[in-house]
Amino acid sequence: MVDLIAKSACAGLLPITIGSLTLTEETPDPVTSIAPFKGQSEAVSERLESALGLKFPAPNRSASKSGARIVWAGQGRALLMGAAAPDLAGLAALTDQSDANAIVTLKGEGAEDALARLVPVDLRAAHFKRGHTARTFLGHMSASITRTGVDSFEITVFRAMAGTLVHELTEAMESLHARRSHLGQ
Amino acid sequence: MRLTCPVCGDRDHREFTYKGDAVMLDRPAPDAGTDAWDSYLHLRDNPCGDTRDLWYHDPCGAWVVVERNTVTHAVTGTALASEAKR
Amino acid sequence: MRLTGKGLLDQSRSVPFSFDGVAMSGVEGDTLASALLANGVRVVARSFKYHRPRGILAAGSEEPNALVTIGRGAETDPNVRATVQELYAGLDAASQNRFPSLKFDLLAVNDLAAPFLAAGFYYKTFMWPRSFWEKLYEPFIRRAAGLGALSEQHNPDRYEKAFAFCDVLVIGAGPSGLMAALTAAQAGLDVILADEDSRMGGRLLSETHEIDGKPGHVWVDEMLDTLRGMDNVRLMTRTTVTGAYDQGTYGALERVSHHRARTEGLPRECFWRIVAKRSILCAGALERPVAFPNNDRPGIMTANAVRSYLNRYGVATGQAVSIFANNDDAHRTAHDLAAAGVNIAAVIDSRADAQVSGDFPVYTGAQVIGSSGRMGLESITVRHAGGTRKIRTDCLAMSGGWNPTVHMTCHMNGRPTWREDILSFVPTPGSVPGMSVAGAANGSFSTAACLAEGAAVAAAVASDLGKKAAPAATPKAEDGAYRLAPLWMVEGKGRKWLDFQNDVHVKDIDLAARENFRSVEHMKRYTTQGMAPDQGKNSNVAALAILADATGRGIPETGTTTFRPPYVPVSIASMGAGSQGKGFAPQRLTTSHHAAVKRGAPMIEAGLWYRPSYFPRDGEKTWRESCDREVGYVRNAVGIVDASTLGKIDIQGPDAAAFLDFVYSNTFSTLKVGRARYGLMLREDGYVMDDGTTARLGENHYVMTTTTAAAGEVMRHLDWVLQGLRPDFDVQIVSVTEQWAQFAVAGPKSRELLNGLLDTPIDGESFPFMACGEVSIGGIGGRLFRISFSGEHAYEIAIPARYGESLYTLLVARAEELGGGPYGMEALNVLRIEKGFITHSEIHGRTTAFDIGMERMVSAKKDCVGKTMSERPGLKDPQREQLVGLRPVGAVKQLTAGAHLFAEKAEPVRVNDEGYITSVGYSPTLETYLGLGFLKNGRARHGERIKMVDHLRGVTAICEVCDPVAFDPEGGRVRG
Repeated sequence: MVDLIAKSACAGLLPITIGSLTLTEETPDPVTSIAPFKGQSEAVSERLESALGLKFPAPNRSASKSGARIVWAGQGRALLMGAAAPDLAGLAALTDQSDANAIVTLKGEGAEDALARLVPVDLRAAHFKRGHTARTFLGHMSASITRTGVDSFEITVFRAMAGTLVHELTEAMESLHARRSHLGQ
Repeated sequence: MRLTCPVCGDRDHREFTYKGDAVMLDRPAPDAGTDAWDSYLHLRDNPCGDTRDLWYHDPCGAWVVVERNTVTHAVTGTALASEAKR
Repeated sequence: MRLTGKGLLDQSRSVPFSFDGVAMSGVEGDTLASALLANGVRVVARSFKYHRPRGILAAGSEEPNALVTIGRGAETDPNVRATVQELYAGLDAASQNRFPSLKFDLLAVNDLAAPFLAAGFYYKTFMWPRSFWEKLYEPFIRRAAGLGALSEQHNPDRYEKAFAFCDVLVIGAGPSGLMAALTAAQAGLDVILADEDSRMGGRLLSETHEIDGKPGHVWVDEMLDTLRGMDNVRLMTRTTVTGAYDQGTYGALERVSHHRARTEGLPRECFWRIVAKRSILCAGALERPVAFPNNDRPGIMTANAVRSYLNRYGVATGQAVSIFANNDDAHRTAHDLAAAGVNIAAVIDSRADAQVSGDFPVYTGAQVIGSSGRMGLESITVRHAGGTRKIRTDCLAMSGGWNPTVHMTCHMNGRPTWREDILSFVPTPGSVPGMSVAGAANGSFSTAACLAEGAAVAAAVASDLGKKAAPAATPKAEDGAYRLAPLWMVEGKGRKWLDFQNDVHVKDIDLAARENFRSVEHMKRYTTQGMAPDQGKNSNVAALAILADATGRGIPETGTTTFRPPYVPVSIASMGAGSQGKGFAPQRLTTSHHAAVKRGAPMIEAGLWYRPSYFPRDGEKTWRESCDREVGYVRNAVGIVDASTLGKIDIQGPDAAAFLDFVYSNTFSTLKVGRARYGLMLREDGYVMDDGTTARLGENHYVMTTTTAAAGEVMRHLDWVLQGLRPDFDVQIVSVTEQWAQFAVAGPKSRELLNGLLDTPIDGESFPFMACGEVSIGGIGGRLFRISFSGEHAYEIAIPARYGESLYTLLVARAEELGGGPYGMEALNVLRIEKGFITHSEIHGRTTAFDIGMERMVSAKKDCVGKTMSERPGLKDPQREQLVGLRPVGAVKQLTAGAHLFAEKAEPVRVNDEGYITSVGYSPTLETYLGLGFLKNGRARHGERIKMVDHLRGVTAICEVCDPVAFDPEGGRVRG
């Protein structure tokens, strides 16, 4: 029988550490897009809550519980990560997205400043708190950005753009590191 | 320029793609006649003042109706196209 | 000359640098300008048009004269203002716009020819003959009137851009800005305080005023310590706010590392987009020169600059300094210099009633009417009540009063307001939504007024933003009245310079007025007044005062020209930061990318994607040899190509079928589950938007494919239809392009290959042409579609992307065992041209379903996007250009894409144009070039001979018009 070998989106590219910042790949599995049909949002949310303890998230929000996470992902859609979706037949469109994205975590002091080089959204802690998520751009790429901790963000882009994602973040990290080392900023 | 996506909030204009006048929401019936279709597709006002137009918020996929002023550049309101349509 | 113990710099910390190759030494904290003055350098540049020797005029970013080039080779930065460039060890600066040297400049002959070079000279002189313009006049003018030169090498430096957000952006960190920032911050607002200087404090660093009994700079440092200690304050030094834009967006240029030798990783500049709920402009004011005859000699400077060099940098700008002014403020220059022990040659005040006291000669009611000294000021001539007198002086500090820095308030079409009491324009409130103005920028000139106004304006802003705010306590400071009398120019023999950077003088303005360029905007363009990179910061107000006088109008009536962003010059590199090289556009790489590159395939861009062009083999000399071989794989055995780049959209919901019927011209509600169908998508104007196959995976579940090029556009269009046109549809769509790696397996041996891999084999019955379904490979679930873009028995197999590389490698290995292998875009293109299949070369936005012979795919039974308009008679006119196939039948056997079609005997000119070729390829199968193109009434002309002319490449070929389908017209092979 044939044996297919799996390769992650950022294989060979990560992890990297520059100064205080570390960039690592995340590989939650499975990842399912959940988009409730008309009038079914509450029913979907109830099913999710009884199965996983997670409600369908409000726009710009995410939630997590025992390894499973659900992240708002645009108009009437969320991504359930790290747990299989319950039966939502007739209630929502479920689409496998386990392989659709490159997902990375940027962590460390100055993560906000590095992202400020690339993301046109206010990510300061007072305004963008843990669990907040934004659909926006990172450089020229559509991206989903979620604050996962005091100094950590999860960033999702199309899988095929993994190389560009790492390149852009590396540039930002290098520049920030140089500013800190040489200018004391 | 900044626009408020009714879903995501206040965002830089780079996240949006412009389509055109919000009259595009009022698609004529197939049998409305050539004048109605010509007007729908091709005839546009060029207001010096308030205008309504359509923008696509690329990152979240929302079509947005934007009310703005072509003189002062003030943006006076935004709404989801799907709701403005109703 | 450096005065020991004077100024704020530590004179023990010396910094070596060079200017025009001469080694010099400055001290830490110097600008290049202050260091040059300390070294006694007077001439630093030649002027733009007349190549007159020029020295340093100012001490800030408004400097018009002292533009220099920093660095060499690829690291050259031209047109750097010496007043902004901070000194660092090893700084290598050179003067510009001189040949061969600053001291002896051949083009200084322009200055002698000045009577012939008046305003409008270019418009009048270089009119004819027309051909001389490009060959003679323009190259000469470019050489003669020049700024610094680019290196013409790749810019190796790193630039950055960044975004920042705050409640209040305070622009300028002088007394007003510091008070505004403190007040706003104490009210709990997030504050960004940006200042273009390397050190915050504004004029307080350059004046001897005390604040609360302390030297100004000490008070500044205490304020900065307080602000630094607050979490909600961000201080940005070396950052010039360059423009005000809509909805509270501001551009700002941070000069990150121009103040030091190049350092690995450090950006040179960062262009910030700052989004602020409110802003407070505390940008101060700029002193204006006086237009007296020969007022441009090196050594003639603004009075405030002389004080800055003295009080901040500890540099005396001359040994016998004279002062010429129309206001009290400038008198301080004399007092400060005298206190420092510098000899004052004279104080000349144009006002008869001026009160000046000091141990130096004073002339009131007097004017400077001339100067001498070609390479630097030697003397001035003063006209006073008692006659004229020549005074020896090597530095003249002049002041015609102060102009509030209103520029930013005009960036959104605001016009400033004239204030007769201070003879200046001040910002008109409300010019920029959300922007308030405080301090000297608002026409409030005393230190005490600046401090109080900064605090009061910030408190008002805070309360507007819903915060309780009290103005920060105002410290005690100088509160002198600002008195002046009009003094725009002084009559006398010689040119009276206004715009130093563009070499415009008073007579040019008079000439413009005489020639009826009376509007200030016309005068500006005719004379180029204010059109240099400094935008006339020193000179605009005086110029329009002179225009007002020449045209017999008042200044308010004459009005101002428009200030536009950026406030200071901004390098293209910083605006395009991050977009060089790899940052230009995201790269989308397929899962088979590395395998293709490893096989030596040249990759070509398809939108953001990269796809293999062909796979060269040892011994193959041209791409055509590789392409021909790869076409043979598919026609004779089996070929593999990555098709993952096609857009894939998952469509689910109770109304999925109705939705597809609405967005496609043909019908999908009748498609059986487990089958795929070719679909044609129209724009609402009736033209073709895109095409592709869509498969029905379940009753309410489809997966659509789009072309690679139009994937994004189609997604946006589908969202538009669902939200803007038919929100009643209960449908959810999501892109699955990246979820699946999808490979075409094409050729007579495709099924044989697949059956060696699939966990459960397929046959013609379970998987007929256009079937689709789920399959399993090594236990991994995938999807199989029996579709073909080559006309052969073919499949596309999709697998979750993590397995893409593995499956591709496997497919290629199996294909090679069966006499086939991988093929690239070139072969793919030939295969589809042989079959007459279209791509976006054909559906390029100007073609209709009728044009491509698919009008029967526009269903008569239902409405769809584009249907009504596609029925316009003009879109079905037989004379429209219709899709045809073309084969060369004359002596020339080559066809070229983009060539135009003409009747065989017709002259190949535009009026005889009958169509064009969109795609060509050499068919190894049929051993001929084949083309697809559009020809007027083409479907009725099969068999006719026609002439192809490619004017660009110089190719003419006689072709036969054919059916677009050249190979296997019956279509038997695809069902095989």
